Amino acid sequence: MTMLDDHPSEEASPELEKKAERAESWRGFFTALPTYVFLIIFFVLPLIIITVISFTERSRTGKPVLGEWTLEWWIKLGDPLVRTVGFRSVWLAFLNTAFSLLLGYPFAYWIATRKSAIMRNFLLVLVLIPFWSNFLVRTYAWRTLLDSNGLITSIGEWTGLWGKMLFTEPAVFLGLLYGYLPFMVLPLYAAIEHLDWNLVEAARDLYAGAWKAFRKVTLPLSMPGIIAGSILVFIPSLGAYVTPDLLGGAKTTLLGNYIVTQFKSGRNWPFGATLSVTILALMMIATIIYFRKGGKTL
Amino acid sequence: MTAAVGIRGVTKRFGDDVTAVDNVSLDIVDGEFFSLLGPSGCGKTTMLRMIAGLEFPTEGSIQIFGEELALKPPNKRPVNTVFQSYALFPHMTVEKNVAFGLEMRKVPKAETADRVTEAIAAVHMTGMENRKPKQLSGGQQQRVALARALINRPKVLLLDEPLGALDLKLRQAMQIELKDIQAEVGITFIYVTHDQEEALTMSNRIGVMEAGKLLQVGTPEEIYERPVNRFVAEFIGETNFIDGIATEDDRVRLADGTEVYAISDAPVGADVTLTLRPEKIQIHARDATNIPPERNQLPATITRQLYYGESFYYEIEIPGGELLDARLENIPSLRRWDVGTEVTISFHREAAEALTS
Repeated sequence: MTMLDDHPSEEASPELEKKAERAESWRGFFTALPTYVFLIIFFVLPLIIITVISFTERSRTGKPVLGEWTLEWWIKLGDPLVRTVGFRSVWLAFLNTAFSLLLGYPFAYWIATRKSAIMRNFLLVLVLIPFWSNFLVRTYAWRTLLDSNGLITSIGEWTGLWGKMLFTEPAVFLGLLYGYLPFMVLPLYAAIEHLDWNLVEAARDLYAGAWKAFRKVTLPLSMPGIIAGSILVFIPSLGAYVTPDLLGGAKTTLLGNYIVTQFKSGRNWPFGATLSVTILALMMIATIIYFRKGGKTL
Repeated sequence: MTAAVGIRGVTKRFGDDVTAVDNVSLDIVDGEFFSLLGPSGCGKTTMLRMIAGLEFPTEGSIQIFGEELALKPPNKRPVNTVFQSYALFPHMTVEKNVAFGLEMRKVPKAETADRVTEAIAAVHMTGMENRKPKQLSGGQQQRVALARALINRPKVLLLDEPLGALDLKLRQAMQIELKDIQAEVGITFIYVTHDQEEALTMSNRIGVMEAGKLLQVGTPEEIYERPVNRFVAEFIGETNFIDGIATEDDRVRLADGTEVYAISDAPVGADVTLTLRPEKIQIHARDATNIPPERNQLPATITRQLYYGESFYYEIEIPGGELLDARLENIPSLRRWDVGTEVTISFHREAAEALTS
């Protein structure tokens, strides 16, 4: 546009328009260039490196030996132990996503339908407040709550419903749910807040009861928020490290911890690399499926 | 005969100090095209939403064919609405949109399919069944919204400024089409609009609202020719106001002392305002002798002339100092007057109406 403005006397011929378009696309390229460079150096390149490492033999100290190729680590993915850890991770990530949605949707709906903007913003700030303190610190706080004399344990023992949960799967689940719930609430809020309520009224006018109108109109139209929130919760849950490390025990190893073990005490960099590439591929597939499925209803 | 819609003493308050609809009572006849007309914020849309069940009245009763439903939810009412913004479901095809009401009422699949085909054909949208609302023009969306409402065979169809978003040409075409559809299906239409021309041309009867109150209900002719007060006279069409005092024999004394005949039921001595439409005024030469006796005469001076193509506008000063607008149709025999010419104006005794207060 600026180019055309610079030459007001020239008429906008197709030639000139093409020139302007080309300049526009170059400008776009230069704007994005720093990000491209950054991502290529710190994301694409490392990705290639670990993919290569996953096909190498390991040395006695666990480091990769370049030049000696093997498929051993990829075959090892089929080991029962690896499979158990994998299924446990996917299951917990799925459970966490489902419960985040179950808890997050009504809450986001409630915030989004407050009439006063001040109230809505206040409630959103409340959702964000946990981010003001370090995730590690908050996870340690959960450790205290779930430990022998912790508040949650005391309540459980007093009511007789549960005992000490620390270092068990439920503890990891609670920790993950706590950590990633805001990532579900925020996109849901954005989607519901943008909803055209006339459409719900139209559904009511066309003989839909309150629940039917929700299912046929509100829910499908908030699908973008559900998809975004689910991806934002599922992916970090699947690769979670801090939460299972601090709240889980030896019996609740998740993929994240398992990978770290390979690089440290396991002395097996190539297998660690294989697991990392696998998890990445899994996430990508999950994301693509989710978008495809969601895309149809939009 | 029971009214299609019977509204009794309906008031709607929002919070403590906003009264959107103020004690409105109204009967709408079966099969009529009824318009609620008024400026934005006059309460006409709130009134419509209360009939639809999207708002509940604070006080009063709303009946449809004798059945009380002031407090029933919208899905339990035999009415359907065409919304201002159409409110088509963006995630559904035209077909799904139109079928929505029947699906909700669990009409058998085969019957639904037949009725959807029929309804889409009725609004000339055959072939567009699988499009999404986003792929349609404003006029097409309008048609789908209409089909989606009419397919349910409501006892009353509510339309909330349905043509507001369309451009002039399309709006005029849709006005005629709507009127035809209404005649064909024979359903009572309640039409909310702020466009007085639309209301005049389409309606059997009009209800004029202002500040939550229903000011006047009548045929388009009654509303235009016999407005009950200054607001109605001014809101519908253009008009001149001349202040005066009512005297005996339906006469009104103007500021300069001359008396004219007008339609009046004001008591003698009351302050009144005459309303006189620009097109009812004729202009003659000052010494004209052929003016019929049933016409009032006033000496006047031309102060401005505007050419409008199909008509001429003259601004005229009468002895009291008031300026009147006169509109004369541009016919070949029309005599034209220069600014400053002293003339005589005339208007029929029944063309002017005396409004109290």
